Amino acid sequence: MVDNPLTKNIDMSRPPLEVGAYESNDGYQSLHKIAGGLSPEDVLQIVKDSGLKGRGGAGFPTGLKWSFVPQGPDSEQQKYLVVNADEMEPGTFKDRLLMEGDPHLLLEGMIIASYTIAASKAYIFLRGEYTKSVETLSKAIKEAYDKGYLGKNILNTGYDLDIILHTSAGRYICGEETALLNALEGKRANPRAKPPFPQVSGLWGKPTIVNNVETICNLPGILTYGVDWYHGLTKGKDHGTKLFGVSGKVKNPGCWEMPLGLPIRELLEDKAGGMQDGLGLRGFLPGGGSTDFMLPEHLDLALDYDEIAKVGSRLATGTMIILDDKTCPVGMIGNLMTFFSHESCGFCTPCRDGLPWVDAIFREFEAGKGTEKDLEILREHVDYMGPGRTFCALAPGATAPLGSGLKYFEEDFKEHIKQKRCPYKH
Amino acid sequence: MAKVVIDGKEYEVNPDNNLLQECLSQGLDLPYFCWHPCMGSVGACRQCAVKQYRDEDDKEGMLVMACMTPASDGTRISIEDEQAKDMRERVIESLMISHPHDCPVCEEGGECHLQDMTLMSGHNYRRYDKQKRTHHNQYLGPFINHEMNRCIACYRCVRFYDDYAGGTDLAAQASHHHVYFGRHEDGVLESEFSGNLVEVCPTGVFTDKAFSENYTRKWDLQTAPSVCAGCSVGCNTTPGERYGTLRRITNRYNSEVNGYFICDRGRFGFDYVNSDSRLRRAVAQVNDEAAEMSDEQVADLLAELKSEGAIGIGSPRSSNEANYALRSLVGEENFYSGMADDERAVSRLILELSRDKAFHSPSIREIEKADAVLVIGEDVTNTAARVALALRQSVRNKASQLATDNNIPVWQDAAVRELAQHERSPLSILSAYATRLDDVASEVIVESYENQAAIANAVAARLSSNAPATAPLSPELQAHVDVISEHLAGARRPLIVSGSSNGQIELVKAAANVARALQDKNEVAIGLCLVQREANSFGLEMLLRAENGLGAALDKLSKGEVKKAIVLENDLYRRASHAAVDAALDNAESLVVLDLLPTRTTAKATHVVPTTAFSEHEATYVNYEGRAQLSYQVHQCKFGAQPAWQWLHSSDVNAIVQECSEEAKGFDKLSTLLPGIDQFVAGMKVPRQTHRYSGRTAEIANLNVHEPKQPQDNNSVLSFSMEGIPALKDASVLGASWSPSWNSNQSISKFQDEINGELKQGDTGRLLVERTESGAYLMPETDTVQVAEGQLLLARSLQIFGSDELSAHATAIQQRATGPYLSLSPEDASRLGISQGDAVSLNGNGAIATACIRSRMKTGTASLYVDDSIDYYALPAAIGPSKSEQQGSDRSLDGLIISDRYEEGY
Repeated sequence: MVDNPLTKNIDMSRPPLEVGAYESNDGYQSLHKIAGGLSPEDVLQIVKDSGLKGRGGAGFPTGLKWSFVPQGPDSEQQKYLVVNADEMEPGTFKDRLLMEGDPHLLLEGMIIASYTIAASKAYIFLRGEYTKSVETLSKAIKEAYDKGYLGKNILNTGYDLDIILHTSAGRYICGEETALLNALEGKRANPRAKPPFPQVSGLWGKPTIVNNVETICNLPGILTYGVDWYHGLTKGKDHGTKLFGVSGKVKNPGCWEMPLGLPIRELLEDKAGGMQDGLGLRGFLPGGGSTDFMLPEHLDLALDYDEIAKVGSRLATGTMIILDDKTCPVGMIGNLMTFFSHESCGFCTPCRDGLPWVDAIFREFEAGKGTEKDLEILREHVDYMGPGRTFCALAPGATAPLGSGLKYFEEDFKEHIKQKRCPYKH
Repeated sequence: MAKVVIDGKEYEVNPDNNLLQECLSQGLDLPYFCWHPCMGSVGACRQCAVKQYRDEDDKEGMLVMACMTPASDGTRISIEDEQAKDMRERVIESLMISHPHDCPVCEEGGECHLQDMTLMSGHNYRRYDKQKRTHHNQYLGPFINHEMNRCIACYRCVRFYDDYAGGTDLAAQASHHHVYFGRHEDGVLESEFSGNLVEVCPTGVFTDKAFSENYTRKWDLQTAPSVCAGCSVGCNTTPGERYGTLRRITNRYNSEVNGYFICDRGRFGFDYVNSDSRLRRAVAQVNDEAAEMSDEQVADLLAELKSEGAIGIGSPRSSNEANYALRSLVGEENFYSGMADDERAVSRLILELSRDKAFHSPSIREIEKADAVLVIGEDVTNTAARVALALRQSVRNKASQLATDNNIPVWQDAAVRELAQHERSPLSILSAYATRLDDVASEVIVESYENQAAIANAVAARLSSNAPATAPLSPELQAHVDVISEHLAGARRPLIVSGSSNGQIELVKAAANVARALQDKNEVAIGLCLVQREANSFGLEMLLRAENGLGAALDKLSKGEVKKAIVLENDLYRRASHAAVDAALDNAESLVVLDLLPTRTTAKATHVVPTTAFSEHEATYVNYEGRAQLSYQVHQCKFGAQPAWQWLHSSDVNAIVQECSEEAKGFDKLSTLLPGIDQFVAGMKVPRQTHRYSGRTAEIANLNVHEPKQPQDNNSVLSFSMEGIPALKDASVLGASWSPSWNSNQSISKFQDEINGELKQGDTGRLLVERTESGAYLMPETDTVQVAEGQLLLARSLQIFGSDELSAHATAIQQRATGPYLSLSPEDASRLGISQGDAVSLNGNGAIATACIRSRMKTGTASLYVDDSIDYYALPAAIGPSKSEQQGSDRSLDGLIISDRYEEGY
């Protein structure tokens, strides 16, 4: 049986499979299954049973999310699926692999999801810089229309679907699902208040599901090979495989599909080849720029949503950023703060005005002008910009590396103050 | 009602509101910025953080934003919780990191919501020692200053300007801490409601430019509750005076009328009060020689005219008291309307309709609640702007309904807008030209007056078989009729809007017919909003006999039937053809004209008597609803002008109000507007000056080092001093609002019985007219205008900045006014060889207007905006315009804001 459903067709040394080759490798089989008599309710139950969790970072159960879309004759009939392909999380490049490597997998998943929630239009909100993905997706979409997987009366089911590829003008905040919706509507990419959730009032005020690329790419396998197969992919509590990435000063940075639940060490040492010669592992952000630092002592924990949460971090996008022992942690965190500060949409106060202050303090640390008072202000900002205090998750995300960094690397901050310079610079 | 526990104490609250609003309604202090009482919540500033607990046993709690949390039953919160207080202090600290701290030179200082909230939140030591972010400021036109460095990014400006008021040229731009609120480039803010930015902005980003050039701190302004004299809505205002000059006007909350917002004509159209051109003393003008008259000589003259059977011509811009005083002097039979005859006929009809049980006259607040509206021929943006702003809210009732259906609280402003998108309650507009409300209208039908009336009457006939039958319409017009009828029939609170501004009685008759047809079906009184052009058009009409029109008065004078006339505050050349006015006035032996500024009519007078401006006397006005409101004197007139009622009748305004109540039909309730001194603390007067009023002893120190005696006010319950008991409880005499810790206009919440409710012991005015009569349908009378080959059917257009006689004299308004312009369609323009901006001769007799080519004008029609240079009433109903070699107005059309400007090749 297939054990790498996300990447089985991917070979970056050649162009992605065209629709015919894709079909002959079990591609679009799920749609024939649906055409054979699966109702949207049946598909929803299968997805719920699969235990698939969102791969965009939050890890919310996909089937449950879909079930919040109001259905029935009294509900709003126009519904939308929006695929969040605005992959801008620092250190994250997994969705890019899927879109450049196997675009039909995403389209097949989108058709399944749209059918289930009764959406007649589906959008791909694509990061503008992913120009290669624009090419691969555009070509695949055309092929899918030509083959009758998109458009009117798909496979004689009476179901219609159009897919629209939208390239973003480019802001990190567009990855926040409600800001994405505003951007898609042509408005400022400010997040919206939740509730109401997009499932009730989303794109153009209509019920909308926003799913991550990788989440959607899990669907064809689940439908084609079944829930039991899906559950059999892993041994841990979370089901299915996931793309994991490693960046930083390792021997072989990259992105690989692995079952959930394997030890972190396996990813870092077997896949990424361990640290470059002469460098030691100081810590790592397990799931992109807005997750808390973890330490070498955590390497034997399982790559699984709950396990990572136990030590105060998040699996999130599953793409690690490695901090080695010759790189200044203060500099690394400062770099992230510059990013987050710049990417704040400017809507709520703690994020808009808190992050620039934090960023300014980091620049002073770099310049050897950091003070104990500054350190105190940084600590205060961890709480001040934390969850529940801001309008969306951007600033709380920024406090993840900030708060954990202040905890784990306090000595480095103090050395900057004491030596009035960055001790890592010679 | 729901019960919530706040800091251990139980409160009864409205569960349909959010916690912030309910905390404020309970009189609790909780700081906020982005929330606004009538714009709801968006959760941007994070200033109103409180601690919420799951239940009694929850000691941990979690921080929530009060503005984003429903006040549902059983909610337990703490405002005083240390973590919540700390959060609020941090938010202020953040907001202040780039704020310039320029309070001493900032116009907002002393009435700044940011100052108040900063103190309330306890942040008082600046820790931020990095570089501040700075912005460039923009030129925003004659009304508004821009100082972006003060911005705390609460988003209120764009939420008001764009979302609430429908503006399109102010936007949030850039992002992170560089977010910028301004125009795409320097230029005049286009919205007629831009002045509200001054009050909506919690700090000094948008300030009143005219005030800034003539600046005084809030606490140094002498204020009194006033009523705007700019149009027939009667918005409540607070004018402020210092050193004998009127400095600014701000909104004064009235839950039924203007709420929190006024238009720019009302806010910026006042400085004619300070004009050097004001008439300063009574003079007799004989053969171009002017001889000053004493008060006694004026009194003797008026007594003589009275005994000689002089006629009096009243004024729709003058108060009830002034008009009544004139009527009382000359006798009711000799008291004539000062309105143009066509407009006056409509005014008469409006008065009759106001007695009809089939209708009700909606307040601004009620207009906002209408769920289907038909506007017939009245360009309310330009004639009663506050009504237009209310109509813009009415279309959102659909959104509120959708939100409720989807369990989204209506105060979740952004969420409701997202949900509803372009779903709006119907607003159908019949107009002779494109209007500023078209962007939210469900139908915009640009037609001649005749066709507008025909469509409206057909709607009435469609709605009720009792309505007069109408001739068949073209399929195109009939399609409009079907759609409009469907909208109105399906509505729970339908509203019909029209008015007298065009002097087209058939439009108002048709409006009444539509409303009556709806009433036939629904058997509840139907909202019929009929606006007029001036502040007291309604009150004047109530004082008039039906037959006493202006034309009749002019006729009597020209025929020599009467030789003497008294004209009250009225330039008759704006009301009738110049030939007719000349014939009448040239024939008068004695012509006494009372006014505050020189006009073409005062130039003809044998005697000119100077009167006071709205802020210099106490008076009542009746608005379009028939609502009488009291406007207090703000300051004294420093020269020889007196209120007209004082010249004409007596110096005791209370006595005149009392007499008018007793003598004039329909005015019974007028005297109840006057508060008795006994209802105030210890029978003491209420000071017009604040406790902090400064410099009283130094005011004239260049002349005299002793403190001048404070003037006495023998008439009202207010005093011209700091002494007395301020109106802490009684909001009926609330000029400027203050409350402990609340120095800005946001302090008004402390005077409301609940947020957005009535003012505690406030006064919303009195609806004077009782609806006791059962009227009938009005038969349409079509009088088709013959349009010869090459001619265009003429309609009239009015301008918010320019059409009102007095505000047109204000310096700021003049900068927004244009000269006369003729709107015509691109097809007609091209046929007549006329291009945009050309000087156009209207009828070959010297009347010149600038051509304004508008893409949505109906071919074969034109609309004309006139200023005083054009003898409007001499123009025929159809004109043959031609390009003129003569120089047109020196004012270009640059300041003109219309939605359908036509540009060739565009």
